[in-house]
Amino acid sequence: MNARPYAILAEFENPAAILRAADKVRGEGFRNWDVFTPFPVHGMDRAMGIRNSKVGWFSFIGGVTGYATGMLMIWFMNAVDYPILIGGKPMFSPFAAFPPSYELTILFGSFGALLGMLFLNRLPRLHHPLLKNRRFKLASHDRFFLVIQTNDPQYSETATRQMLESLGSRHIEFVEE
Amino acid sequence: MTEASPMPAMSRTPPLVVRAPPAELEREPLVANGRGIGWLSDTIAGVAEGSPPAWWKWCFAISVTMMTVCFLCVLYLMSTGVGIWGLGHPVMWGFAIVNFVWWIGIGHAGTLISAILFLLRQKWRTSINRAAEAMTIFAVMCAGIFPLIHVGRMWYGYWLFPIPNSYRLWPQFRSPLMWDVFAVSTYFTVSALFWYMGLIPDLAVMRDRAKTKMRKFGYGLFAMGWTGSNRHWSNYEKAYLILAGLSTVLVLSVHSIVSLDFSVSQLPGWHTTIFPPYFVAGAVFSGFGMVLTLLVPLRRLLKLEEIITARHIELMCKVLLLTGSIVGYAYAMEFFIAWYGGNPAEKHLFLNGRAADPFVISKLLHTNPAPYWWAYWTMIGCNVIVPQFFWFKKVRASMITVFVLSILVNIGMWFERFVIVVTSLHQDFLPSNWGYYRPTWVDILQFLGTFGLFFTFFLLFLRFVPLIAIAEVKGVTPQADPHHPLGGAKTGGRHS
Repeated sequence: MNARPYAILAEFENPAAILRAADKVRGEGFRNWDVFTPFPVHGMDRAMGIRNSKVGWFSFIGGVTGYATGMLMIWFMNAVDYPILIGGKPMFSPFAAFPPSYELTILFGSFGALLGMLFLNRLPRLHHPLLKNRRFKLASHDRFFLVIQTNDPQYSETATRQMLESLGSRHIEFVEE
Repeated sequence: MTEASPMPAMSRTPPLVVRAPPAELEREPLVANGRGIGWLSDTIAGVAEGSPPAWWKWCFAISVTMMTVCFLCVLYLMSTGVGIWGLGHPVMWGFAIVNFVWWIGIGHAGTLISAILFLLRQKWRTSINRAAEAMTIFAVMCAGIFPLIHVGRMWYGYWLFPIPNSYRLWPQFRSPLMWDVFAVSTYFTVSALFWYMGLIPDLAVMRDRAKTKMRKFGYGLFAMGWTGSNRHWSNYEKAYLILAGLSTVLVLSVHSIVSLDFSVSQLPGWHTTIFPPYFVAGAVFSGFGMVLTLLVPLRRLLKLEEIITARHIELMCKVLLLTGSIVGYAYAMEFFIAWYGGNPAEKHLFLNGRAADPFVISKLLHTNPAPYWWAYWTMIGCNVIVPQFFWFKKVRASMITVFVLSILVNIGMWFERFVIVVTSLHQDFLPSNWGYYRPTWVDILQFLGTFGLFFTFFLLFLRFVPLIAIAEVKGVTPQADPHHPLGGAKTGGRHS
């Protein structure tokens, strides 16, 4: 049995307090930690030192794939595999093929954005130690939590707790694995 | 002196005082009465919890009955053929296409609110975007039924998609009707994706509030293990922004492509270059009409007046005024081009096919009245004159007036589609070809039935999913702003 808890959880009352706390925790050099809020707090990415999200690349690759799929598909179907002459129009024209390809660009790009977001967040996930914690249910309601994992190299059972208390957290507890 | 002043000159000049702006310049808050973020969760999620109110049960019973009528009409059509509809030479596109274009236009307001207003940083959208997006999805479902059933043998509907079949035939992509298939199916899919992604944090709210095992499992499954981690929020917000951008270019393209179904043809009344922007403006206009028709009663029935405030309704009325005026301009421009273009067939259509009413215009010009003059003037009355009432603040502030006017907008936009589709066809180049289209009872019941389908889904949506984006509304309150005193800041700006 693992004697060590999964993480230490500190509750804060308002976004300003958690923003200050996050700034401090990042400054102390912690690595395996996170902030849990009911809505994205403005300025939190900067306070935590999170770099620009990579979701855009997934969406971009999806969009390029979509456009290429549309153009190639229409060219193959109407000009190669089963050419039919319609009103003297060319067998393949990028202009007539543009609207469906445009829509496929958006379709694949959107799937890229959603699936890319889920992949980067490692979701869906059926189990998480925090989701078993009773207090943590308030993270989707009106409380703000700062969680430092015990496997962080900077973690110390007493000093980390003292630091979180000094940041103004009124409620601190350990989260079981 | 305990603190060293960085600039000695400052000590001699009086300190700069920024006075608070006068009260009448301050914007009304987006959530009234300074409600906190916990209250928002309880109120919004509470709508989907507990047993449904009596009005919900009655509405649901009526909607399901009407939905059954819709499916029975489809069954009758399937077993008998399109002869049961009022279609006939020369009007071969009737109610089915009118209803398709109308419903798909309704959907556009949802995407405008969720995507374009998001890119424009209109924070008020957060109170209405979820319900409007749900409206979009259900409206597109209703719209999708009509092209499917109007092909006659709907069991071959899959031929519309590029799926290999035993004849080794492919769809013909030089036709705008094929573009339409891609536009509408992409629109439905992307709207559903965007809606679902917006729902993930709120499904987590529902999961964390769930009392029964069943609800915990159901909401937990669809929330996909969302925890509200800021590392997740960071990716989430980026994905949301990208989806908003993609949906913006999508929504502008969908009704443009629908309009190309008409404007690529050679028919007077359809062959018009103004159609794409005119259709998009009309779509947003009708969609906002529908959003108001839904939300004005709902905010009262569900006691959400503090979240969907009078200011929200007023802002939507202003959008109606703007888009209604664009639509009015497009009508005028169509008429101008019919005269200025010098095409006698087009001039005939606009004057003798649409506008010549039996009382004034036909008397003045000594012509026969247009057979569909009533449709044309209903359209003008509802789409051009009705929105002009929204110039008055008293009108925008009266919920009953807004509700009635929004229904008139819906009616007017339906007649616009009717005018475009039917009147352009009923008098073509040869007078011996002229005819008059009358819908049959099946046409009418089929159309009314789709309302049953729409409201069945919408009422189920109210029961199972938060109808307002909880996390997003929380994010626009002053309590959520770390630089606002209510958000815990010691000193702070006044911005909100």
